Amino acid sequence: MTGTLTVAARGDREIVMTREFAAPRAMVFDACTKPELIRRWLLGPPGWTMIVCEVDLRVGGAYRYVWRNTQGTEMGMGGVFREVVAPERLVSTEKFDESWYPGECVGTIVLTESGGRTTLTQSLLYDTREARDGVLQSPMEQGVGVSYDRLDVLLAAGNR
Amino acid sequence: MVTKSEGYEEAAPDLDATFAALADPTRRAILARLAAGEASVLELAEPFAMSQPAISKHLKVLERAGLITRRRDAQRRPCRLKARPLAEASGWLEAYRQYWEETYQRLDSLLDEMKAKDRTPEDRQP
Repeated sequence: MTGTLTVAARGDREIVMTREFAAPRAMVFDACTKPELIRRWLLGPPGWTMIVCEVDLRVGGAYRYVWRNTQGTEMGMGGVFREVVAPERLVSTEKFDESWYPGECVGTIVLTESGGRTTLTQSLLYDTREARDGVLQSPMEQGVGVSYDRLDVLLAAGNR
Repeated sequence: MVTKSEGYEEAAPDLDATFAALADPTRRAILARLAAGEASVLELAEPFAMSQPAISKHLKVLERAGLITRRRDAQRRPCRLKARPLAEASGWLEAYRQYWEETYQRLDSLLDEMKAKDRTPEDRQP
């Protein structure tokens, strides 16, 4: 079994996600950096497919991803690698073509291995807190409802 | 380089403050009570075996996190729930988490496949 995903805000400009995988980190690193492998899992939201996946894996090298949904709408993003330390660390800039938040984001992936299992920590550092919190309006989500139901569930869960 | 702006202290409460405030069961119970409507400190203290100052301390944390507002109503200073930061915290994180969980589950399957391939001895001769 694999670990649960944790998502947390760190400081005022960063999002940090942690997840354990039942595989050695060289394998996880490959899955995160080789186009033929990335295409297999980084598919975007339901209904989207990845139509472009180009990776020039070296410091200063660029990568580019494009997804398309069933209506033909395309969504692209890309950036430049700042650090490439296989199989443990990857730092890159990322920006969506039609970005809904200002500025660029710097993504850092750190892989640590223990007993054949790998913990992946992915942090996303935005230029401003407004940008980080602006991910709220992400087009990748099918309507993040500002819902009192959810509020109730959260409160109920907390009181159990 | 990372610089901290001077106005940082006055900035609107962020998700960290929301989660810190939500980490306490008494504060969650207070929010649940306020979801039903405005209440005074006295009314809020009632269901808890707690002194009014202890409740006031919790209310200050909730107020700083932007989760409640308190009216300047001389004696009563009734509290009211401000749902937006909470809804943002739960809605945003939940949708974001769900998206990445589904994505990482596909990565799990791919890694399983890669491991299986790795284990299979290559029968082909050069």
